[in-house]
Amino acid sequence: MSFDQKRPTGPSLSRRQLLAGTAALSAAALVSPHALAQAFPTAKVNTTGLAVTDTEVTVGILHSVTGTMAISETGSVQAEKLAISQINEAGGVLGRKIKFIQEDGGSDWPTFAEKAKKLLVQDKCASVMGCWTSASRKAVLPVFEQYNGMLYYPTFYEGLEQSKNVIYTGQEATQQIIAGLDWVTKEKGAKTFYLLGSDYIWPRTSNKIARKHIENHLKTKVVGEEYFPLGHTQFNSVINKIKLTKPDVIYAIIVGGSNVAFYKQLKAAGIDLSQQTLLTISVTEDEIDGIGGENIAGAFACMKYFQSLKNPNNEKFVAAFHKMWGDKTVIGDVTQAAYLGPWLWKLTVEKAGSFDIDKIAAASPGVEFTGAPEGYVKIHENHHLWSKTRVGRARTDGQYDLIYETANLVEPDPFPKGYQ
Amino acid sequence: MWNPTNKKLDLELVGFALIALLILVVLPLSVDAFRLNLVGKYLTYAFVAVGLVLCWGYTGILSLGQGVFFGLGGYCMAMFLKLEASSVANTKIQSTPGIPDFMDWNQLTELPFFWVPFKSLPFALFAVIAVPAIAAFILSFAMFKRRVGGVYFAIITQAVAAVLTILIIGRQGYTGGINGITDLRTLLGWDIRTDGAKYILYFVCCVLLLGSMFLARFVLSSKLGRLLVAIRDKEDRVRFSGYSVGDFKIFIFCLASAIAAVGGAMFSLQVGFMSPSFVGIVPSIEMVIFCAVGGRHSLVGAVIGTLIVNWAKTSFSETFPELWLFAMGGLFIAVVLAFPRGLAGLFTDQILPLIKRVGMRTGALPKPAPAE
Repeated sequence: MSFDQKRPTGPSLSRRQLLAGTAALSAAALVSPHALAQAFPTAKVNTTGLAVTDTEVTVGILHSVTGTMAISETGSVQAEKLAISQINEAGGVLGRKIKFIQEDGGSDWPTFAEKAKKLLVQDKCASVMGCWTSASRKAVLPVFEQYNGMLYYPTFYEGLEQSKNVIYTGQEATQQIIAGLDWVTKEKGAKTFYLLGSDYIWPRTSNKIARKHIENHLKTKVVGEEYFPLGHTQFNSVINKIKLTKPDVIYAIIVGGSNVAFYKQLKAAGIDLSQQTLLTISVTEDEIDGIGGENIAGAFACMKYFQSLKNPNNEKFVAAFHKMWGDKTVIGDVTQAAYLGPWLWKLTVEKAGSFDIDKIAAASPGVEFTGAPEGYVKIHENHHLWSKTRVGRARTDGQYDLIYETANLVEPDPFPKGYQ
Repeated sequence: MWNPTNKKLDLELVGFALIALLILVVLPLSVDAFRLNLVGKYLTYAFVAVGLVLCWGYTGILSLGQGVFFGLGGYCMAMFLKLEASSVANTKIQSTPGIPDFMDWNQLTELPFFWVPFKSLPFALFAVIAVPAIAAFILSFAMFKRRVGGVYFAIITQAVAAVLTILIIGRQGYTGGINGITDLRTLLGWDIRTDGAKYILYFVCCVLLLGSMFLARFVLSSKLGRLLVAIRDKEDRVRFSGYSVGDFKIFIFCLASAIAAVGGAMFSLQVGFMSPSFVGIVPSIEMVIFCAVGGRHSLVGAVIGTLIVNWAKTSFSETFPELWLFAMGGLFIAVVLAFPRGLAGLFTDQILPLIKRVGMRTGALPKPAPAE
């Protein structure tokens, strides 16, 4: 279940990564992007008619920039654009500059499918960075499989899925849940849990895994489990039940705008998060922006990335992000995962020495990215990432303090045995 | 002077022929398979618009919940296709193989009873029409028999759209929830995802749409059609003349809903999935807008309006991914301000008299037979 992090991280390692590729690649990499492009003639690196020329390669960005999801997905778009511009500054991919075509999913799943098809069939995108909600991913998945495209999907999600045509750069459910529950049990001596969630597939599957872990592995108790429709804003009755049952831990997977109401009502009801342990896997720095730091300060969140992480990669990433998008922007877990997409794709293409989707899919397992803001990640055979699980505690200024991180990278396990 | 009623019917046939020419010949020859599939998707909304011409344009029943019937038709088709895609061989990885994937995620271990009949294609095809028609009947019977109409009816239809959306999203183990029913693959073993299949489905869709238009034209040009217009313009007088107004309204509302449902079924087939995002209030209102832009008094206008609005939506959003909604808003405001009777109204009120005048002056056009 564990993977040793062998090396300290550093930006120069992405070059070393490059050198570790084929002999021709390393020889050319020392020269210039132009020579690199010549060392990899288009006819050879692109045998399936993708949008690759001698100087350029086209990728797609497919997120909602209008509609209810825009507030969440904008950070991902910004991170992807930042990564693409950094890659271009560093010479591009196999000597080719990345050009992107952005499409708007409009927070509407059928539109995602339509635009995904457009990016693959008409624009021949060599890869697509995109989607956010599970529903949008489910809508585009058949399209990517049918037209053989490559999707880099950034959001933490429920698992139960694995595709040759998708690289999942966020955590699947077990990566986000198990380490957090172990931590809260050990550190806080938690014996009873109250599970809450928005009513759709991700919170339900996550709570199912959490319940199995709590009951079968930790041998403690779930004292309540409730779901609320997306957009729900009346949490008073459940807050009363929480007050009656007095769980050691409130485990909350409430998403989107509902969070604002939930945390404000919790505070109004006199539940003080500095006393009552609350662990969430759905509130990143982006959501706190809406909730207000003073309403959620003291809550614990289990993620793989916090903006406040102290490592050289992250400091450079945060500085570059703020330079490009303004000092006020906050960077949440998913935004960081979205930033990994273009980089992992570049490293994979250079490892494979080809833009062909089949070759990228085959070359993906084992690709390492040492320049990741979260530290170091590696693609697993199942196309998910090995990454650390971290617990942070919300501050009043909307940032998290890192409280705990797993010693080793956690193995992704989208079809967890004993948790289904 | 020319007689508008006679002339209009002739023009309508010309319009039908032009639409047939456009969708059956011009578009398939001029656009690639991907764009043609998109046009096929737009045409499925045109079914709803044709239904709206019947019930809104001619009978004055404004329904802001047509997405319900589009969605029910689509879900009936999608349920059949999903069951076929969920064979035991395809779903080996699940805890319970042989049931749709979303049921497995929601810990269902057997197929719910109301899914079972959808294993049969004839039943599914029957249900595509019957389920929405029965739903429409119950709704309209309850409303029109109590003489609830106008704005109140429109509000009720909105409520129904909201209720059904919440129901579908809330019972995700049975309906697929907010994800919808995805990854539809084959129809009786025939792969509906290939370009060849999409071509065939496109033409099936065109033929069914033209069929619905002729059916609608047949209804409107009959005695029943005149009665519908009378109900729209002076409902009380029709009632005092001894007609049971409610029955006529129920009939036309069910017919409009059944036509919308056929569109929904064609949507599931062509796009390969169905989701609650078609059932709610916003898509239902959007469908009314398609019809309003084209002209609610004209079958031809409604179809053309649907095509234009959707084409604009796609191309605006491709060109300006962050600003396209403003462009769409601008288009709607412009249409409402400049030609409240839609594009068809623009044509009959402005362009036709112009042609007429020019024709009179030059003598180029033969004089229509005087009606007076």
